[in-house]
Amino acid sequence: METLLFNKHTNETSEIENVSPVDELKDEQISVETKDLNFYYGPEAQALFLVNLRIPKKRVTAFIGPSGCGKSTLLRCFNRMNDLIPGTFIEGKVYVEGEDIYHEEMRLEVLRKKVGMVFQKSNPFPKTIFENVAYGPRIHGLKDRAQLEAIVESTLRKSALWDEVKDRLNTNALDLSGGQQQRLCIARALAVDPEILLMDEPASALDPRSTARIEDLIAELRHEYTIVIVTHNMQQASRVSDYTAFMYEGNLIEFDRTRQIFTRPSEQQTEDYITGRFG
Amino acid sequence: MNVFKKSGEAYIFATALGMVITLVMVFTIVILILVKGLGFFWPADVVAFKMKIGEHYFGEVYDEKTAFLTDSDGQTIEQHQIQLKIGNRDIYGRDFIWIAENQVDKKYIPENVAVFERMEYGNFYGMIREVGSGEEVVRGQNSALIKALEAGHDKALELQEKIESTEVEIAKLNEPLNRLLREISLLEHSKTGRTEEGRGKLEAMRVRAEELSGKNRVENEKLNEYLQKLYRQNGKLYVAVEAADGRIKNIRLADVVRFYQPNQMNTFEKSGYYAAKLWEFVTGKPRESNTEGGVFPAIYGTVLMVILMSIIVVPLGVISAIYLNEYAKQGTIVRLIRLSVNNLAGVPSIVFGIFGLGFFIYMVGGSIDQIFFSSKLPEPTFGTGGIFWASLTLALLTVPVVVVATEEGILAVPQANRQGALALGATKWQTIRDIVLPNAMPGILTGLILAVSRGAGEVAPLMITGVVKLAPSLPLDLNFPFLHLDRKFMHLGFHIYDVGFQSPNVEAAKPMVYMTALLLIMIVMVLNLIAIYLRNRLRRKFKTSTF
Ligand SMILES: Nc1ncnc2c1ncn2[C@@H]1O[C@H](COP(=O)(O)OP(=O)(O)OP(=O)(O)O)[C@@H](O)[C@H]1O
Ligand SMILES: [Mg+2]
Repeated sequence: METLLFNKHTNETSEIENVSPVDELKDEQISVETKDLNFYYGPEAQALFLVNLRIPKKRVTAFIGPSGCGKSTLLRCFNRMNDLIPGTFIEGKVYVEGEDIYHEEMRLEVLRKKVGMVFQKSNPFPKTIFENVAYGPRIHGLKDRAQLEAIVESTLRKSALWDEVKDRLNTNALDLSGGQQQRLCIARALAVDPEILLMDEPASALDPRSTARIEDLIAELRHEYTIVIVTHNMQQASRVSDYTAFMYEGNLIEFDRTRQIFTRPSEQQTEDYITGRFG
Repeated sequence: MNVFKKSGEAYIFATALGMVITLVMVFTIVILILVKGLGFFWPADVVAFKMKIGEHYFGEVYDEKTAFLTDSDGQTIEQHQIQLKIGNRDIYGRDFIWIAENQVDKKYIPENVAVFERMEYGNFYGMIREVGSGEEVVRGQNSALIKALEAGHDKALELQEKIESTEVEIAKLNEPLNRLLREISLLEHSKTGRTEEGRGKLEAMRVRAEELSGKNRVENEKLNEYLQKLYRQNGKLYVAVEAADGRIKNIRLADVVRFYQPNQMNTFEKSGYYAAKLWEFVTGKPRESNTEGGVFPAIYGTVLMVILMSIIVVPLGVISAIYLNEYAKQGTIVRLIRLSVNNLAGVPSIVFGIFGLGFFIYMVGGSIDQIFFSSKLPEPTFGTGGIFWASLTLALLTVPVVVVATEEGILAVPQANRQGALALGATKWQTIRDIVLPNAMPGILTGLILAVSRGAGEVAPLMITGVVKLAPSLPLDLNFPFLHLDRKFMHLGFHIYDVGFQSPNVEAAKPMVYMTALLLIMIVMVLNLIAIYLRNRLRRKFKTSTF
C-alpha cells in the first residue's frame, strides 16, 4: 500500500480525477443500486444521507470509512436487516437486480434468500455442522436428504472447509475454531444459492492466517457472486476488491475502481483517510 | 475495623449465616421425617408389663416422657411415663396407653407372643392358643401352632381370592339388569316418565327387566351357593389368641394380613419383615381408613396429575411467553399483562381451587355433560371433580413460573443466532421454532422444574377439584379408554392431611404421615432430577459460542 500511496502522490493529475465512476461502470451489469437513499434510526437520527451507489454484478465491492460512518447501516439496507431495529425507516430507493426491495409487496424471505449475509462475529447455530449448512435450504422447502447432502458438500468445498470437517459433520458447530466457524457461516450463506453476499467485517475477529483464508475464499467466489465487504483493513480492501466505496459521516464520498481509489482518489477526504491522516 | 467493613467481611459472614440457617432447617426437616418415618416398619419387641394393681399388657414401647403431677398435698411430683401400643382395639377400645413406670410390678419379654396385623381393628397382640385349619383344630407346641397357622393362612388367602372373583362374576352377570333398573328409576322420576309415551316405554323396560332377571336366576343361584360354600370354609379357618389379660379372641384367618413373633426374630428376619412392609406401603392399597396398608393409589395419582399438569402447563406457558416476547407490541399493555402474570403467582392456591371448581367443573364440565353425556344426567361425568380438572387448575396455578422462566430463556438466546436465521430468509416463525425455542429449552425446563415442585406439593386447590380420600379405581388403567380423565384420584399431599388430621386414630397414623411425607418429597425430588438431567443435556447441546 505504501508504494501505491507514493505513486498517487507523484502522479496526481486533473485528467484522472475527471473520470466519473459512472463511466467506469459502463461495461458492468448492476446488481444493487440505491437512489437518494436516506436512512434513519429514528426521526432525529439520520445515519445515511442521499446515498447514490451502483454495485456491479459478480465483482467484489469494498466499503471503507471511519468507524460509525454508516458502512454497516448501508450494507444492512440491501437485505433489509435494518427492519429488525424498531423505529428505523428509509427514504429513497434500493434496487436489487432491478427490483425495488422496499416495495411493500417485497417478501423478505425471498429477498434474503437472494442476498446472503455474513456477520462480523461468526454466529453458527448451536446445531451440528451439517444442520447449520442444511438449515437454509431446509427452510426454503428442500427435504430430500440426498440433495441436502450434496448442497452441504458443495458449499463446504466452496468455503474451503470440507477437508477439515468432512469426518465430523455431525458434531456441534460450536466446537470449531473461530476461523472455521466464520467459514462455516459463509458456507451456510452460500447454501441457499444467493446472488449477492454481504460481508460485514468478516475477518476482523480472526487471526492473520484465518483472515488470509477468508480472503482467498473471497477471491475464489468473486466470479460467481456479487460480494460486498465492509472492512477496516485497507490492505484487505485493496487486495480483495474490484471496487471501493469510501464513506464518511453517512455520506458516500467516493466510489471507484479499487486501484483508482488507492492510487489516485479524487476526493481529499478519501486521500486523507487512506493515508491514515484520520479515521 | 475499617478494613473489616471495607472488605465486606461482615456481609460475607451474614450471607454465610443465612445459608447455614437455611441448610439446617432443610436438613432438620428431612432428618426428622426420615427418622420418624423409616423406623415405623421395623418390628419392635413386644414387651409385657404387669402392673402393681394387677393389670397386664403386651405392647410395643412407643414413647416416653416425664410428667409433673400434683399429689393430694399439693406437691409436685415427677413421674416417668411410658407410652405403649397395646393394639387389640376391639377389646380394649384404644390402641395406645400411658403407664407410669413406678406402677410397673414386673416387665419381661414374652418369647412366644404373636402380633397379628388385621384388615380391621389394627394389630392384635397375644399368645396363640388354638388354630383352626379347616379339618382339624391344633393346640399345644408353638412350632406346631405356627405351622398350622401358616398353612391355614395360605388357604384363607386362596379362598379369599376365589370369593372375590366369584363376586366379580356375579356383578358382571347382573350388570345389564342393574343398568336397566337404574334407567327405569331415572325415567320414573323424570318428566317424560309421566307422559303417555313415557309410560309405554317404562312398561316395555319393566318387561325386559323381568325377562333378564328370570334368565339370570339359575346362574345367580348357582354362584351364590358356591359363594356361601366358600364363606363357610373360610369360617372354619381361625386362630384363637389370648390377650395379656386372659381374654381370648377368635380371629378369622381371612382377616389376617400377616402375623409374626417379633421376640423370636433375629435381625435378618426383621429386615425381611421390614422390606415386606415397605413394599406393601409403596405398592399396596390403603386399609383402615388409610392408616394402614399402602399408598400406591396416592403415588399413582400424584405422579399422573403432575404429568398431566406438565403436559398442559408447558405449552400454555411457552406459547404465552412467545407471544409476549416476540409478537405482542411492546408497550403499556404488555407490561400490564406481565405484571398480572407475575401477580398470579402470588394468589393463594385455594383461590385457584375455587376458580377451578366454579369455572372448570361447574361451567365447562357442566356444559360438557349437557352436550356429550346427557344420557347419564343427573349423574355428572365431567361436571364433578376429576383428575383432568385438578391438573388444569394446577396448570393455571403454575403457569406464571413457566411464563417467566421461558421469557428469561428466550431473552438469553443470542441475538446473533436469530439474525443468522433471518438473514438466510427464515420467517419469524421459523426462527422462533428452529432457533429461539431450542435455545430457550433450558429456561423452559427450569420453569417446568419450578412448576412441578409447586404443583406436586399443592393440596388445597385439589381438595375441591377432584382429590378424594379413597378412590375406587385408578385414573389410568387397562380398561378402555385407559386414561379416565373424569375420575377422582388420590394424592399424597391430601393423604398426609387426611391421615394426619382426619383419621379416627391419629396416634396410630402418625408414622404413616411421616412416611407419606417422605415419599412425597422423594417423588418431587425424582421428578425434579429428571427435569434437571434433561436441562443439563440440553445445556450441553446448546452451549453458546465461546468464541
Ligand atoms: N441500532 C442503532 N440505533 C441507533 N443508532 C445506530 C444504531 N446502529 C448504528 N447507529 C448509528 O448509526 C451510525 C452508523 O453506524 P454503523 O454501524 O453503520 O457504522 P459503521 O460504519 O459500520 O461503523 P464500524 O466501522 O464501527 O462498524 C453511527 O453513528 C451509529 O451510532
Ligand atoms: Mg459496522
